[in-house]
Amino acid sequence: MADLLTPDAVIVGGGPAGLTAARSLRAAGVSDVLVLERESEAGGIPRHSDHSGYGIRDLHRILKGPAYARRLVDRARESGAEILTEATVTGWAGDRSLLVTTPNGRVQVDARAVILATGARERPRTARMVPGDRPTGVYTTGQLQQAVYLQHESVGHRAVIVGAELVSWSAVLTLRHAGCRVALMTTEFESPEVFGPVAFAGRALLDGPLARATRVVRIIGRNRVEAIEIEHLVTGQRRMVACDTVVFTGDWVPDHELARLAGIELDRGHLGPLVDTRLATSVDGVFAAGNLLHPVDTADVAALDGRHVAESVVGWLAGERGPRSAVRLVAEQPFGWVSPGLIGEYRQGPPRDRLLLWSTEARALPTVVMRQGGSVIGRRTLPWSVSPGRMFRVPWSVARRVDPRGGDVTIGLS
Amino acid sequence: MSDADLQTDVDVVVIGGGVVGCAVARELSGLNLSVALIEARGDIGDATSKANTAILHTGFDCVPGSVESELVARGYRLLGDYATRAGIPVEATGALLVAWSQEELDILPKLAAKAAANGYHACEIVDSTAVYEAVPELGPGALGGLTVPGESIICSWTTALAYATEAKARGCSLLLETAVTGVRIGDELTTLETSKGEVRARWVVNAAGLGGDTIDRLFGFDRFTIVPRRGELLVFDKLSRSKAPCIVLPVPSSRGKGVLVSPTIYGNVMLGPTSENLTDRGDTSTTEEGFAFLLGKGRTLMPSLLEEDVTAAYAGLRASTEHSDYVIDASADKRYILLGGIRSTGLTASMALGEHVRALLKEHGLAPGARDDLPEPPRMPNIGEAFTRPYEREDLIAADPLYGRVVCFCERVTAGEIRDAMHSPIPPCDVDGLRRRTRALMGRCQGFFCGAEVEALMRDERAPTPGEAAHG
Repeated sequence: MADLLTPDAVIVGGGPAGLTAARSLRAAGVSDVLVLERESEAGGIPRHSDHSGYGIRDLHRILKGPAYARRLVDRARESGAEILTEATVTGWAGDRSLLVTTPNGRVQVDARAVILATGARERPRTARMVPGDRPTGVYTTGQLQQAVYLQHESVGHRAVIVGAELVSWSAVLTLRHAGCRVALMTTEFESPEVFGPVAFAGRALLDGPLARATRVVRIIGRNRVEAIEIEHLVTGQRRMVACDTVVFTGDWVPDHELARLAGIELDRGHLGPLVDTRLATSVDGVFAAGNLLHPVDTADVAALDGRHVAESVVGWLAGERGPRSAVRLVAEQPFGWVSPGLIGEYRQGPPRDRLLLWSTEARALPTVVMRQGGSVIGRRTLPWSVSPGRMFRVPWSVARRVDPRGGDVTIGLS
Repeated sequence: MSDADLQTDVDVVVIGGGVVGCAVARELSGLNLSVALIEARGDIGDATSKANTAILHTGFDCVPGSVESELVARGYRLLGDYATRAGIPVEATGALLVAWSQEELDILPKLAAKAAANGYHACEIVDSTAVYEAVPELGPGALGGLTVPGESIICSWTTALAYATEAKARGCSLLLETAVTGVRIGDELTTLETSKGEVRARWVVNAAGLGGDTIDRLFGFDRFTIVPRRGELLVFDKLSRSKAPCIVLPVPSSRGKGVLVSPTIYGNVMLGPTSENLTDRGDTSTTEEGFAFLLGKGRTLMPSLLEEDVTAAYAGLRASTEHSDYVIDASADKRYILLGGIRSTGLTASMALGEHVRALLKEHGLAPGARDDLPEPPRMPNIGEAFTRPYEREDLIAADPLYGRVVCFCERVTAGEIRDAMHSPIPPCDVDGLRRRTRALMGRCQGFFCGAEVEALMRDERAPTPGEAAHG
């Protein structure tokens, strides 16, 4: 028989969102808070991103990934939360009851509240359905960074990076650290200005060009990658690019297995749980936070989700039961999704009072329009641009006039 | 294996470490014979056998009266029993042939009759209501179907490994990375020239799969040509498994052979295969055309399946020939047995093929008795999703915490299983080999979370070669 743990709140995933939620719950007086982390150390993805830029919004300082991860772990521990590592949640035994495998045996965790903070991963080559040979030398950024920073492996000499999202530049840094030249970066998108200041600096690190409106159509190499074939999306022209390493970056998908196994309703846009502004899912007492809900924003934004969801969980533990009625917030072109996707009669807005949206097109000086029942109920022109591969954040005030008992609300651009 | 163990003068050499060659080697090494198994690649079951549709066939649709029909029917029973003893995962899901046109509907009674002619009597024709009850996620337009309750799914990787592991335990020499380049037939012994030196044997069994005709020509024959027929397959995320409660087979018709939708033993859903004749026997690449074709078929067969992510795409090469049946022959003067053109049904027929070779040898005067000192069949790690796996087992974890350390999260493979695989009698030589033994890295993240760690574990656990052990 498995051991039984009965914390007030259990958090699945010890990354920035989960660790911050744990600390915030303890700070709010919740006595028994447990974090389940499946890796050997907590900290999440920043743990293997050995470059700077972490912690700005939540800790108000700039840290390298591993230092940021360590600090979040320390702060969660200091707060009195328990972090169980090498603890893999394998399924549900009940509504708020988890089955866990650890080296010390199987554990059942019956909690009063569950927070899913399982994050997101990059779609690998298989999910992108890139045909060709199946040689070694094909990575996602996640695997590349672990190989380089945690296992100190060598990765090749000449790489092609597929994708030009924020994370893609992180892959550039990792490859350079490993002594691998970046021969080419490809993006299916057209506009170069979308990459912003990070990319402006990043471009100096690229040894080769950035191929826009380009997709990878084939990988060649019987044992190790020898080349890839790329196609220009407009002209249809194809050519071969010699390389021994290919990194598929971005194209994030939430790690939603546990949510699906629980029968939690998903958002069909981002495929994470559909939540309201409290970050409550469709199952009572089960909440979600971090990049599981918006694949992906930066680590500090995920962390601040943790702070936000803690407040909702404290309310839930105190017996608050929010109104059941909420309206759907639906993203319109060029947006693929908006998070959160439900608006109800709650005192809280979304985390950081921002709606997060993901776009497939670039647009400068965008005017955001919100509609309900056919009429415009909010309109804002924003000074920051919309670009694919980067989160677009919209102030919550645009939703001020939403009627939570009305019909569906849409958000789009004028 | 060190060179000292290598028996280079043996009674029988089996060429080809696919599922058929391994089954033959296992069968023969159970007799008072010295046996060697030669494989050109670095691992067992690393060519055609690894990219099989992995169905344990009843043989209902074989050509009645063919060698294939007889061996598949017998092999179905033999492998079914052996799987239970050796821990090879099998799920008796049953199959359903679905008719999408009047023509296909009209073929169903003929197929049922054919099944009966093959000795299989459990098929039943059902209407479209029953079809949708059995597989609710099927796309619209199914008119009826034929059930084949005996069709099962199996792990083809574990099957080949179990045979080879047992053959090795029975004393069979296993010569990997050993390609046969020439043949000299002497009065008593045949000498095989290989990339690792010469091997001599009284009898030689050719189970070389895609290389079968090449080896056959080295023996002076010119009787068949292998045309590698590529079959591409898409494997969908485990979260889709409930959509395919059984194997959904196409009805062969004038529109050509369709594709199947099948659950896999690892808990995924598979769509495929394509069918395309090639000339290159090593070209297992996937293609844009293949993907487009499969997605097109998938949209009709089961549109909701395409909402799930693809977690693997691969291509296998079937050893097709100009003959419609297996090409099996024994040449007494050359002390040589050919098992040629063994197509994808060879997985099911494998043990029957082993028996068949034994009978052929007996016919030609090589009739050693059975041994009474045989070891028990191996208990293979059961990597089937429907079975209790180490991460779920309180007893195993209590005895060894490494079984509680999940390393590959998507497939829930533990450090204990990776260690076991690396120290097994036939350890993997690369990550693909480890995947076939444990499921590590075959999941939806494809190594995003654990790829680097799994490879590091593999390096740490790699058993030292005899040379290294001697020096350190």
